[in-house]
Amino acid sequence: MSAIAHIGTDAAPPPTRRGKGLVPYLLLLPGLLWLVVFFVVPMVTLLSQSLQTGSIDTGYTLTWHWQTYTDAFSLYWPQFLRSFIYAFVATAMALLIGYPLAYTIAFKSGKWKGVLLVLVIAPFFTSFLLRTLAWQTILSSNGIVVKLFNATGLMNVLQALNLVNGDQLLSTPFAVMAGLTYNFLPFMVLPLFASLDRIDPRLLEAGADLYGRPFTAFRKVTWPLSMPGVVAGTLLTFIPAAGDYINSKLLGNPNTTMIGQVIDGQFLRVLDYPTAAALSFTLMVTILVLVSVYVWRAGTEELV
Amino acid sequence: MATLTSAPPNRQAAPPAKRPRKGPIDWVREHIIAIVAALVFVYMLLPNVIVILFSFNQPAGRFNYQWVAFSFDAWLHPCAPPGMCTAVGLSLKIGLLATLVATILGTMIAFSLARYRFRGRAATNLLIFMPMATPEVVMGSSLLTLFVNMAFPLGTTTILIAHIMFSISFVVVTVKARIAGLDPRLEQAAMDLYANERQTFMKITLPLVAPGIAAGALLAFSLSFDDYIITNFNASSSSITFPMFVWGAASKGTPVQINVIGTVMFLISFLFVGLGQFIAWRRRPKG
Amino acid sequence: MSDPGAAPGREGTAQDGDVRIVQVTKQFGAFTAVDDLTLTIPQGSFFALLGPSGCGKTTTLRMVAGLEDPTVGQIFIGDKDITGAKPYRRPVNTVFQNYALFPHLDIFENVAFGLRRRKEGDVKRRVDEALELVELGHLARRKPSQLSGGQQQRVALARAIVNRPTVLLLDEPLGALDLKLRRQMQIELKRIQTEVGITFVHVTHDQEEAMTMADTIAVMNAGRVEQMGHPGDLYENPATTFAANFLGQSNLILADISGTAGDDILLSVAGQRIALPKSRARATSTLKLLVGVRPEKIRIATEGRGGEASGMNVLTGGVVSDTSFTGVSTQYLVRMPWGQEIMVFAQNVGAEVLRPGTKVELSWVPAHTFGLDASQDANAGVDLGGEEAAPAVGVSP
Repeated sequence: MSAIAHIGTDAAPPPTRRGKGLVPYLLLLPGLLWLVVFFVVPMVTLLSQSLQTGSIDTGYTLTWHWQTYTDAFSLYWPQFLRSFIYAFVATAMALLIGYPLAYTIAFKSGKWKGVLLVLVIAPFFTSFLLRTLAWQTILSSNGIVVKLFNATGLMNVLQALNLVNGDQLLSTPFAVMAGLTYNFLPFMVLPLFASLDRIDPRLLEAGADLYGRPFTAFRKVTWPLSMPGVVAGTLLTFIPAAGDYINSKLLGNPNTTMIGQVIDGQFLRVLDYPTAAALSFTLMVTILVLVSVYVWRAGTEELV
Repeated sequence: MATLTSAPPNRQAAPPAKRPRKGPIDWVREHIIAIVAALVFVYMLLPNVIVILFSFNQPAGRFNYQWVAFSFDAWLHPCAPPGMCTAVGLSLKIGLLATLVATILGTMIAFSLARYRFRGRAATNLLIFMPMATPEVVMGSSLLTLFVNMAFPLGTTTILIAHIMFSISFVVVTVKARIAGLDPRLEQAAMDLYANERQTFMKITLPLVAPGIAAGALLAFSLSFDDYIITNFNASSSSITFPMFVWGAASKGTPVQINVIGTVMFLISFLFVGLGQFIAWRRRPKG
Repeated sequence: MSDPGAAPGREGTAQDGDVRIVQVTKQFGAFTAVDDLTLTIPQGSFFALLGPSGCGKTTTLRMVAGLEDPTVGQIFIGDKDITGAKPYRRPVNTVFQNYALFPHLDIFENVAFGLRRRKEGDVKRRVDEALELVELGHLARRKPSQLSGGQQQRVALARAIVNRPTVLLLDEPLGALDLKLRRQMQIELKRIQTEVGITFVHVTHDQEEAMTMADTIAVMNAGRVEQMGHPGDLYENPATTFAANFLGQSNLILADISGTAGDDILLSVAGQRIALPKSRARATSTLKLLVGVRPEKIRIATEGRGGEASGMNVLTGGVVSDTSFTGVSTQYLVRMPWGQEIMVFAQNVGAEVLRPGTKVELSWVPAHTFGLDASQDANAGVDLGGEEAAPAVGVSP
């Protein structure tokens, strides 16, 4: 599937140097070692922690206490579910919004391409905490957005969908999902753009020639060719969004608690390490499954 | 040329802006993609604007959410809030160190992946990818369990370790893209012209890859300076970084100065990137 | 005359001398790019490696440059075996197909690169000299991206020549240029080579280019040299069907040997007699030969009007099946009684253009005939040589 994206592109020739002995491995060693020690090994300790019993004061011992998982899950499955739903909505919205943006930059920006790309990553130039806090200003009850939503009746729509209560936008599921979409939009746009940018414009012209209606040409030519970007963007948006809790803490209410908050609370306040570790590990496993499906379909070369 | 229409996006923030009163419906339909893109940009950049704007605010209470009055006060007394400048200092220190290490390690990996065929490519690719895709909660909490189990004290060192860990992947991606775009025949030409391997690397490869390395470093620094979740898991009460300070302030009281810092970071980043773009623009092929 | 000379302290100095490629094979996995190639490139000559894409010519060039290592075999410059030597230790420089100019250095530094690496003195004078040779002295401080394709190509040439290598390798350097510029550069390159006296090895798939510029051409196909020699010899007396079809166009007619007459071999095709000088036959102890004659050598006339010109090879019974007036000439396809279509190029000297359906007779001087081994594929090399595709020259069963 990923190979399709290379049709009509001048993709860089694959590496040709036969593994000159040890050089590639020596180059890899320090960095990979760091990742193994500080990314992979912690996953193991996480799993191990989740199977231990005890407490901070008495110490922990590995007892293979699988029940921690079932207990944690039965307690917190609503938060899990909510996290995935919010993440799903945010990802879908990001795709919906981000695709036209990526499309514009890739094909319709001419000499402004560089500038537009800078604008896409410009939000990152300010701390994301500050930006999320800024949403509190934007969505506040005497802000322009609320006034506009009320005036256009959009507020009623949102109320019907149970996304807001009353007349305020802050501290609502709507705000959380809006914040999530906002925060992860660049993670969707950039891979989409990269994929679209690689498409040979002549293929698009051919599509426009072959298919009468622009939408058909899009459906049959552009969309399939941009698939690698769509998939990459989806992965890079959905997964971090599922684990996020900043948005729900700052923009939501106790009813919008996401699993990330629970994990954070369990680790740092309740100090129930096994439960916290179990929740965290479950989240990780779900992610691994998703990534494995992707890798199985598309291989690993496109990942990095 | 015929343009494509997409399903009307559900914009959450910016109001559906001015429907063009001038010009026929056709103009709208033709430019609908560009219009949508413009609106999306507004959506994306509005919070930045708010942050900058509100650094000039003079709030009535402890929080900085309502506009009250224009004031330079915060800019003139940037370190007024207790502990903030220390936090900024720590974030800068960690940021610079993490950037240095992550850039070196990441660049080495990038060269290896981009230039050599070796066994274990798939596993390497996967290992590099995972930190980018794993939720911060998971990475932060798992590192915490590691440190706790090793009885390693939390603090600046653990924060640094974590930051290096999650930055490496981003450096790899950035640098690898740049290397991949480098025509290998340039290096062949150099060797043909009597440059040995070391000279070829120093005189040709490195200068041409440098922009990618710089971009990777910049990215690593931004990620480090801005990180909250992973940092929070691995910090101690004596190692407060700027994002941690902001988080604490969010519940207790947000001083205007945090917006000042945010604005400064914005301007500096903008400057760097703008500089890069300008240099590229200067080098563009003529005609 | 040439004086590549040995600069003091220069590494890997080879004697002036011929380039000898000895039984070199290059394999990429299961694919054999170069197959037991043995070739000697005379010192000081303009030598062309000519062949279609994938024939191994670029691979051969890269092995001489040191950018690839032969799987088997050796390469010599003069007496020195350079087979395992790194590119930077060979007195060889390359002009790459896409020029490979260093984008971050200006023109002056690009050209000076080789000199600086070998710590040679007098850099400024030599670089200026080289740039003057290619008439680009005024652009010394520009960056490569600010130059046109033709200018970049000349800089690449200067960058290689300034080092006074023993051998200069050119890998299809004119491929990216438009026609007019290409013709100009062909003349330029020839002039420079004559002036500087360095051995040039020029790789190209364009047979016209090779014939224009080279003193010696080696025609390559599928990793082997089919024929090597002076352009004229190659053209007038090809050794294989591939050479016959790749260089220019040929008519190849399958004929039976019916006897000899003096210095000629007599052949018959569909009852008609053709004479072939023995010296121009590549195979002797066979029953059949592929008789070849180039389209421009054939005279075409309406039947009955040619007359039995004594000593000419004559084929009658043909009917014009296609006529193309190209201005310079008229190209005819004539269908012969045995089904084959013969190509004839009639130079435009004002003769009447014959229309399709006209019965014609073809004649040519026997000395223009060549004879090839009949076991070869008569279509080898067709549609591969240069810009115009030759119409398929079928051989009737």
